[in-house]
Amino acid sequence: MLSAAEREEIEQVLKHYPVRDSVAIDALKIVQRHRGWISDETLKEVADFIGMTPADLDGVATFYNLLFRKPVGRHVIALCDSVSCWIMGYEGIREYLSSKLGVGYGQTTADGRFTLLPIVCLGACDRAPVLMVDGDTYGGLTPAGLDGILERYR
Amino acid sequence: MEKPLTGRMRAGGQPVSIREYERADGYQGLRKALAMSPAEVIEEVRDSGLRGRGGAGFGTGLKWSLVPAGAPKPRYLVCNADEMEPGTFKDRLLMEADPHQLLEGMAIASYAIGAEISYIFLRAEYTLAAARLEAALHEARQARCLGEDILGSGFNLEIHLHTSAGRYICGEETALLNALEGKRANPRAKPPFPPVVGLWGKPTIVNNVETLCCVPHIVRNGSGWFRRLSRSQDSGTKLFGASGKVKRPGLWELPMGTPIREIVEEHAGGMREGVRLRGLLPGGASTDFLVEQHLDVPMDFAGVQAAGSRLGTGTMIILDDRTCPVGMTLNLEHFFAQESCGWCTPCWSGLSWTEQILAALERGEGQPGDLEKLEWQTRFLAPGNTFCALAPGAAEPLQSALRYFREDFEAHIREKACPYRH
Repeated sequence: MLSAAEREEIEQVLKHYPVRDSVAIDALKIVQRHRGWISDETLKEVADFIGMTPADLDGVATFYNLLFRKPVGRHVIALCDSVSCWIMGYEGIREYLSSKLGVGYGQTTADGRFTLLPIVCLGACDRAPVLMVDGDTYGGLTPAGLDGILERYR
Repeated sequence: MEKPLTGRMRAGGQPVSIREYERADGYQGLRKALAMSPAEVIEEVRDSGLRGRGGAGFGTGLKWSLVPAGAPKPRYLVCNADEMEPGTFKDRLLMEADPHQLLEGMAIASYAIGAEISYIFLRAEYTLAAARLEAALHEARQARCLGEDILGSGFNLEIHLHTSAGRYICGEETALLNALEGKRANPRAKPPFPPVVGLWGKPTIVNNVETLCCVPHIVRNGSGWFRRLSRSQDSGTKLFGASGKVKRPGLWELPMGTPIREIVEEHAGGMREGVRLRGLLPGGASTDFLVEQHLDVPMDFAGVQAAGSRLGTGTMIILDDRTCPVGMTLNLEHFFAQESCGWCTPCWSGLSWTEQILAALERGEGQPGDLEKLEWQTRFLAPGNTFCALAPGAAEPLQSALRYFREDFEAHIREKACPYRH
């Protein structure tokens, strides 16, 4: 069951659109914000609520990079792997993160704290290499600086 | 030097509030526009020579005039704020530092085309821009610069902020419209074009953030003023940027037509110690490489095109002599292969094949004939063979890398290794 808060948030965004199923992506983002990810059951609940078939809605959900159809950790680290960050050495940051956290791309730490993902250009190329943790962007990354950043996310 | 787009921005990184914005002539362009007829506003923007700042460079006034006279309402204005072209970070600054400038441009554009509902399509990762735009929308509604009966003119406009869920193809304007309708972001067949059949089938104009930010200044100061800002036949100022191993990566508002050399050497401070400039992508990932012989090319639409590339977004990515051009091309093609929407075969199949060949070259497993295969791919991916501009854009850095850095590609095959990793 979608919670009252989830329904209310979806209804608010619905007011922006003349067509009910146009809210599909917003609705998926809203439930993901509440639940961390979108399970099959969640997907069906959202589909029912906005009047789409689960198959159509899953076609939407699987298209977008930042809708998670698998469980993720409490915090998601998204490391930019695009061209400016590549030139500025993001691969060293990736190796450091992988060995520090003991996970590769797409994996979650055993304590459920972090999921590590690659992401396309974050639009902060003047500060490359760059990553995001949840909604926060950090640039000018160094291994030493990374430790301090990760400490902020328990 | 006049810097209309960035001149109001605060040094500390905080956004310009509506009070500061209005004190610095903010919303005066909107006031002036509301006293003109929509046709007069379109004419002023057309006369200014403003061309789209998102990459394609289509004439803004001309685009607005493509909404058919007497077309039924609703009509929509959509701001393309899905800045996902690798190497590009200019719209982020405009939205984070001076959000009202964008809202004023959107209000004027909406008035000109007869739209009463407008959307900002913002990429998911721009969370600070989202918060600042929401705050600015609230301020503008309170000040009656948005909402009903704007500034007592009788004109109504509501602007909604939509944040995306992440996919490069959303920047293609018809894919963006599908995404805004809650669908998979596959591009649409054209014609019909969005000014005739757009969002939910209604007439729709899609403009880039920087384009819309120019509009209030053009209306307030006139088209002739905007033309005179430039150092070339293309009007206005432009946000230019540089990333890579330059001393001071960043963004600068400069006259259209500023030479590449001036941007790289003066504004970006030249190359870091120990590296030399080898080449550059002048306007994002989907533009052809330029090399040292092009440093005096003016950064404007005609100048960069004459040199064999495109102005694109105007934010350059610099390749230095210690960085492998084959590795850089692989990184670019990996991006395009991953972000292909999967709709048309030359794109999804051709780009993944391209990526595999480049990855083999980098691993030292390249074969004689690989470079010819890559050249074939650039022809399969050329304009006219694909549904949208993603694959032709992907072919641009590849074809020019093969031309300018041929000896590096050949060395990868000959030495069975990447010479930069030895």
